[in-house]
Amino acid sequence: MPESALTGTRIRERRMARRMRQSELASRVGVSPSYLNLIEHNRRRIGGKLLIDIAAELEVEPSLLAEGAEAALIARLRSAAESAGEGAEMERAEDFAGRFPGWAQLIASQRRRIGALERAVETLNDRLAHDPHLAATLHEVLDTVTAIRSTAAILADTREIEPEWRDRFHRNINEDAQRLAEGAQALVGYLDAGGDAETEVTAPQEEVEAFFAARGYQLPELEEGRASAVEIVEAAEGLASASARAQAVALLERWAGDARAMPLSRVAEMVEEMGPDPLALAARMGGDIAMAMRRIAALPGREAGLLICDGSGMVTFRRAVEGFALPRFGAGCPLWPLYRALARPMVPLYERLGQAGRGGAGVERAFGAFAVAQPQGMPKLGKSPLYEAHMLILPDQEGGEALTTVGATCRVCSKPDCAARREPSIMTEGF
Amino acid sequence: MGKHVLLIEDEPNIIEAISFILSRDGWRVDTHSNGQTALAALRDKSPDMVILDVMLPGMSGYDILRGIRDDPATAELPVLMLTARGQIKDREMAERIGADKFMTKPFSNAEMLETVRAMVAG
Repeated sequence: MPESALTGTRIRERRMARRMRQSELASRVGVSPSYLNLIEHNRRRIGGKLLIDIAAELEVEPSLLAEGAEAALIARLRSAAESAGEGAEMERAEDFAGRFPGWAQLIASQRRRIGALERAVETLNDRLAHDPHLAATLHEVLDTVTAIRSTAAILADTREIEPEWRDRFHRNINEDAQRLAEGAQALVGYLDAGGDAETEVTAPQEEVEAFFAARGYQLPELEEGRASAVEIVEAAEGLASASARAQAVALLERWAGDARAMPLSRVAEMVEEMGPDPLALAARMGGDIAMAMRRIAALPGREAGLLICDGSGMVTFRRAVEGFALPRFGAGCPLWPLYRALARPMVPLYERLGQAGRGGAGVERAFGAFAVAQPQGMPKLGKSPLYEAHMLILPDQEGGEALTTVGATCRVCSKPDCAARREPSIMTEGF
Repeated sequence: MGKHVLLIEDEPNIIEAISFILSRDGWRVDTHSNGQTALAALRDKSPDMVILDVMLPGMSGYDILRGIRDDPATAELPVLMLTARGQIKDREMAERIGADKFMTKPFSNAEMLETVRAMVAG
């Protein structure tokens, strides 16, 4: 939660300003250093007595630490005002948030909702062009309509028509009307299913994604060796197409291998100790960096995005994280370290980044992104390898590095003067 | 006398309707519904023009059209493409490969007759 996020950051800043060690503050307020570390890195909410105790130790007003919530709210208000671009009194945002916190929250949450809806519109736009099932069903419906139209016109316009022909055409129309009704129903059922563009299942890749999302990207039975990849996929209801099942089995088999090489309990300990750093994790546990990224993303309760793409840039695994939109179809933003890693195989990259807000507004949430491109499969003699890139997206990462603004995909990105832009944005026009 | 048209389409009721209106207009109509054997059927029947559906089982209408244009015997044959998708890129594709006309489903009978007459007369 970004509201509490700033509280953790403020505690950390205060403590460092007072040159107090993390372990010292932790013992004074009676929590473990690792728990305090989580708080400071904004991965645990804080409030109540603990906040008051910490504030007392740091000799500040508790409200000063908690005020972060308001700062986050004000940032959202500013971003809402910038994207709407219409005469909101920018300099009075703080005043407004202070005096009307409820209204301010409403504006902020509506702003987020608008963003989600804009993405849904984009998704639906793309669907008509890219959804093979939809295209096939529409084709079927149009074929039937064509037959009905033509046959009905014959019956209406032909003055003298033999009874055999007339009967035959009547029968055809009847058949086609039936078919049309079924086709239309199938179409409505298909479009209606879920009704939610975010969660609707269509292409095999989306079935796979929905399969993982439904499990919260957690597979305890696989981690503990209680079930094989094939067993899990066979028991899964959502994986309807053969292609989706094959993709899921491949991903789960790799997952099982990861689990054996880097058991989750050990990964959790290491991350607790060293932070979510895939390089350090790979060095300590002896796996490769891409595997370490997958393991960090697999930790229960950790908010992390993970993207894997092949050498063509096609995303083969995607796990979204709030505040970092991933396009449903087609390619993402060329500025992502994911793609840059492909240009520098075996070189791990790290970048702090955030996605450009709507209508030129600033970044809404900051992330730290690790990326690396590694060869896929075993090397072959005299052959250049195929590369696969991973990108781990961790929210609310601190660090001195400047924040890079990236997009999701050009059509919904408002980043100005971008050298990587492929097509104009639909977000900036008309505002 | 009557001109000869080959209709390559897989939807039986569309075949019946088009056959009927063209026959009434004095055309000799042959039909074929399998994409893979369409080129052989075409050589066999040697019609004056072809009405070709884009979506066919076995082979796409575009591939058949390429086959028609690649064969010197049929390179000049008038071809009317039918499709259920009126998208610009489909039309461009059809034109690039060498379709003479392009018609989007659902079409009217009058439209069909007019187009077919114009294609063989001209």
